[in-house]
Amino acid sequence: MQASKTRPINIAIMALGGQGGGVMADWTVRAAELAGFRAQYTSVQGVAQRTGATIYYIELFPEAEITARGKEPVLALMPVPGDVDVVVGSELMEAGRAVMRGFVTPERTTLIGSTHRVFAISEKIAMADGRADGGAVHEAAQARAKRWIGFDMEATAREGGSVISAVMFGALAGSGALPIPRDVFEAVIRESGKAVATNLATFALGFDRARGIGAVTAPPAPEAPQAAEPPAAVKPLLARIEAELPFIAREFATEGLRRTIDFQDLAYGALYLDRLQQAADWDAANGGSARRHELIRELARHLALWMTFDDTFRVADLKTRSSRFERFRAEVNAAPDQIVAVTEFMHPRLKEVADSLPAGLGRWAARQAWLGRWFAKGRKVQTSSLRGFLMLSLLAMGRRWRRSTLRYNHENAGIEAWLMQVRQLAGADYAAAVELVRCQKLIRGYGETNERGARNFARIMAAVEGASGAGLATRIKRLRDAALADEKGEKLAEVLAEAA
Amino acid sequence: MAERSFAKEVEKLRIGAGEEFAGEGILAVTKALLQSGISYVGGYQGSPISHLLDVLADAQDIMGELGIRFEASANEAAAGAMLAASVNYPLRGAVAWKSVVGTNVASDALSNVASGGVKGGAMIIVGEDYGEGSSIMQERTHAFAMKSQIWLLDPRPNLPSIVSMVEKGFELSEASGSPVMLELRVRSCHLYGRFTAKDNVRPAFGLKQAMENPVRDTDRIVLPPANFLHEREKIAQRWPAAVEFIKRHKLNEFLGGHLGDVGIIVQGGMYNNLIRALELVGLSDSFGQTEIPIYCLNVTYPLIDSEVTGFCADKKAVFLIEEGQPEFIEHNINTILRRADLQTKLIGKETMPLAGEYTGQVIKDGLVRFLREHAPKLAAKAALPPEPAGTNLAPLADVVPARPSGFCTGCPERPIFTAMKLVEKEIGEFHVSGDIGCHIFSILPPFNLGNTTMGYGLGMAGAAAFQSDSKQRTVSVMGDGGFWHNGLTSGVGHAVFNRNDGVTILVDNGYSAATGGQDILSSRADNRTRTTKHPMENAIRGIGGQWVRTVRSYDLEAMTSTLTEAMTTPFKGPKIIIAESECMLNKQRRVKPLVAKAIKGGKRVVKERFGVDADTCSGDHSCIRLSGCPTLTLRENPDPLRDDPVVQVLDDCVGCGHCGETAHAAVLCPSFYRADMVFNPSRWDRWRQALRSAVIGFFQARAARRRALTAF
Repeated sequence: MQASKTRPINIAIMALGGQGGGVMADWTVRAAELAGFRAQYTSVQGVAQRTGATIYYIELFPEAEITARGKEPVLALMPVPGDVDVVVGSELMEAGRAVMRGFVTPERTTLIGSTHRVFAISEKIAMADGRADGGAVHEAAQARAKRWIGFDMEATAREGGSVISAVMFGALAGSGALPIPRDVFEAVIRESGKAVATNLATFALGFDRARGIGAVTAPPAPEAPQAAEPPAAVKPLLARIEAELPFIAREFATEGLRRTIDFQDLAYGALYLDRLQQAADWDAANGGSARRHELIRELARHLALWMTFDDTFRVADLKTRSSRFERFRAEVNAAPDQIVAVTEFMHPRLKEVADSLPAGLGRWAARQAWLGRWFAKGRKVQTSSLRGFLMLSLLAMGRRWRRSTLRYNHENAGIEAWLMQVRQLAGADYAAAVELVRCQKLIRGYGETNERGARNFARIMAAVEGASGAGLATRIKRLRDAALADEKGEKLAEVLAEAA
Repeated sequence: MAERSFAKEVEKLRIGAGEEFAGEGILAVTKALLQSGISYVGGYQGSPISHLLDVLADAQDIMGELGIRFEASANEAAAGAMLAASVNYPLRGAVAWKSVVGTNVASDALSNVASGGVKGGAMIIVGEDYGEGSSIMQERTHAFAMKSQIWLLDPRPNLPSIVSMVEKGFELSEASGSPVMLELRVRSCHLYGRFTAKDNVRPAFGLKQAMENPVRDTDRIVLPPANFLHEREKIAQRWPAAVEFIKRHKLNEFLGGHLGDVGIIVQGGMYNNLIRALELVGLSDSFGQTEIPIYCLNVTYPLIDSEVTGFCADKKAVFLIEEGQPEFIEHNINTILRRADLQTKLIGKETMPLAGEYTGQVIKDGLVRFLREHAPKLAAKAALPPEPAGTNLAPLADVVPARPSGFCTGCPERPIFTAMKLVEKEIGEFHVSGDIGCHIFSILPPFNLGNTTMGYGLGMAGAAAFQSDSKQRTVSVMGDGGFWHNGLTSGVGHAVFNRNDGVTILVDNGYSAATGGQDILSSRADNRTRTTKHPMENAIRGIGGQWVRTVRSYDLEAMTSTLTEAMTTPFKGPKIIIAESECMLNKQRRVKPLVAKAIKGGKRVVKERFGVDADTCSGDHSCIRLSGCPTLTLRENPDPLRDDPVVQVLDDCVGCGHCGETAHAAVLCPSFYRADMVFNPSRWDRWRQALRSAVIGFFQARAARRRALTAF
């Protein structure tokens, strides 16, 4: 008998455990069967289902050809690079993984992928920003696929009120990569009998978007700064920004001013601007304009971050604001009239309590180990209850004596020392000074995170003290990255030891 | 109750002769067992065979109608021993497990049943967990088949072939008086396809008849002198009988063409990948029509000498596709060729990789090398792929992150390892002996805890050597699945008897969770056909365990303090902490529909979930390093002054509370909050909310007015 020229249509679905890749594969098989194909489907289930990545693999072969030949086709159980017609990736990196494994080839493959991200554990555990570069995947998809159909299927699923598998199914139908008409796909959803209406609606969105119809609604843009006239009280301060700071630093400075005033009061905002204005002088004196005023720009942001350190008053203030109440309701998707109680997990230790006391008293209290047992356990505070709310509101009022607290004194001294060193460094090595400014990012958070950061920051400050020479900026940057490499400070110790 | 229900699918098992069966491989195998007239079936779950056990459990009613007994075996050794029913009686039976690990556990029973031989057909169905997605050591079950002379069936991976091989396997077993093994590769277990069914068969001679008419034959018992007799019998009678049967029933297939001076010998399970490889170089069509002769080994042990020599005699070179190592088949064929003094070259592992899965790509590459070297004419005809085009995809390899398995959302095992990390901070690092089960994910990020894993239920035994005057104790971990599999004796009993001084954490989540949530002795659930609710603590105390504490695993403070106590107490002897909380995956499956129904029915329901305040999140991600819940993830920092992403809790949060507890215990940050969402509030709820809104609203408005004076 003449060799058959018919080849199977091969479909690989790359999904993460729990994303409904199996449902999508079942539906695809069913649609193919209704459309006159023999379908073979397999997957590797097992531990991969527990948060890992799985491939569902389907081969389709026309029944007509099977009948004509009176024989069964031999279908493969796993995709071979170069032999895949359609790849569906349920997430950007999974689409990337398909490309990486060679399943996507320019001659053959339609690559349909969601562009949203589900971060892998390696990306999430980084102490700073460990997120992978999605751009590289977009480029590779563009370059390697015959057609690359990518859009945010998760957002589309939300919009349609269903799950991502319905969007993928719609996109598969809409791509036209399979010789199966739309109504057959829809018949499968109807046949399944589960959440038919929302699944069909979501399918339709996926179908259209795969054809470039109807863009994914962008997430609501961050609230535009109120265009309203600023209050009279802050106008002079805003005017100072215009008058005293280079254009490139003004955006951060305005934000910094907003934050320092919000944190304390107008005078505190003025102190922020005073410090920036001094820095602007060093910047100018050391050729800042040739360097796009990087020093002052970076300082505008890091100084604001440090000056608005998170003490107990600040936390209490932020937790009790009406805007925050609106935000958590939105975050948990509460219905408009739904009652939502919110409970905070706080753990003020003796240290935080002592920090909130006037400096002298605070120092004394911090030494009283016996007091510690009162603060050994975390506290759950229900901010939405009268008791919890009033307690936190009262605490938030403590900002009035903030300038006298142990914490304020401590942070203020730190800021002064840092500014001093930046100033000294700026004279000798502008780039190194910029890097030292950026080291402020180590000081953040609360409790142990804060202590670890402060400790690392102090080690870098000590290492920079009196240091000079070419490559100092690079070295400071390396030290900063090292401090963010591990919790135990091993990498930092390693880099510190290098030059010493 | 298992993670996946086959209650609907098993109805298909009732269909009769001539009807078309469409479904997964595991269902097809079950149907084949019913068509073969088995009397008993048992096994132990584990990927890729878990779902077969789930199918069997769900099919108990149908099997009951046919007089079939299904045992959820305590472990693979117990399952293997069950085959004893086929020794004296013409009873067909099958057992199933994950291999090679399950075969390791069962090997004592297997050796015994293989030595004495069987009267009724005895089949061992092994889910060969090899290659992509595998969670175990990469070894071959083939070795067990050879050493015990159990015939190894490796059918072509399509449902008709698999079903037919199950049926023929029982006949082969009976014809040769030997047990047979059916090797199901990972993808075959979940292979969706079709085959034409036959009627189910109720055995003429069943368990009842056997029990009422016991037969005893001391020659079948492994005791001298019968054991010596068995060895001779295997060689002189059973083996030749098997060879004869395999030949007569053409269990191996001669496919492809008949001409030419090269050919291919392939394991049945590799056949489809081979055809795909041939297709891709243009030497076959989609129906496997090719001019190259193919000898397909649906029985990979024993080999049939006359078939091998017949196939090889007129060929210069034969390409052998044999996955896994060592290359037993290659050794065997070479011996056959030598003995027959045939000069045919056998090209196997010299061209194919020694280790690793034989994917379509790997076979294609090997095939191309073979053709170029030994069949230049064919090679010239073939559309051989050009040398790799040199597309550089390496940069992507640096970008696309690995996705190791991890604990599910809300998993109750997570707090155990968080507690370990916290205790480590206090008392220093300690050696952790791991076990098999979801808890072994602790060795992966973010926990990075665990030093070894020696086998299912062997976590405690794996720490047995560490008995000295060390200042630090050793911690072992064991799941309830492993505990009942053998850990009670090889772990707890052993440690009590030897006065071991280690600390053990027993994970009690109510199921054999890693294998798919099957019930076990200590499950809290009611099970229609098994008894449950036998606490592990009773068993431990029953065999002399004294220091036993039960802690709710989500109670991180209690977990931490109990572990610290166990590590530091002067008490000598095994210290066992039972960390209990229901497997969240199973709990959600159980509870979710109930909650949805209650909300729909107008009942007051409070749903809990967690969130992170971006305002106070520091972007340090300590919480993720100490918990790693999949719903804890990153998002852009809304703060224009900061770059590092903040943490957010996704909507699939189940409100287990662990992130909040971690923030508490590790003194992380005040960002975590719990939201209690009230559905169908009572009048009291509404009244209280009205009061709260009024008072809180008043103060918030006042504060907002004050801020507005200086806000811009």
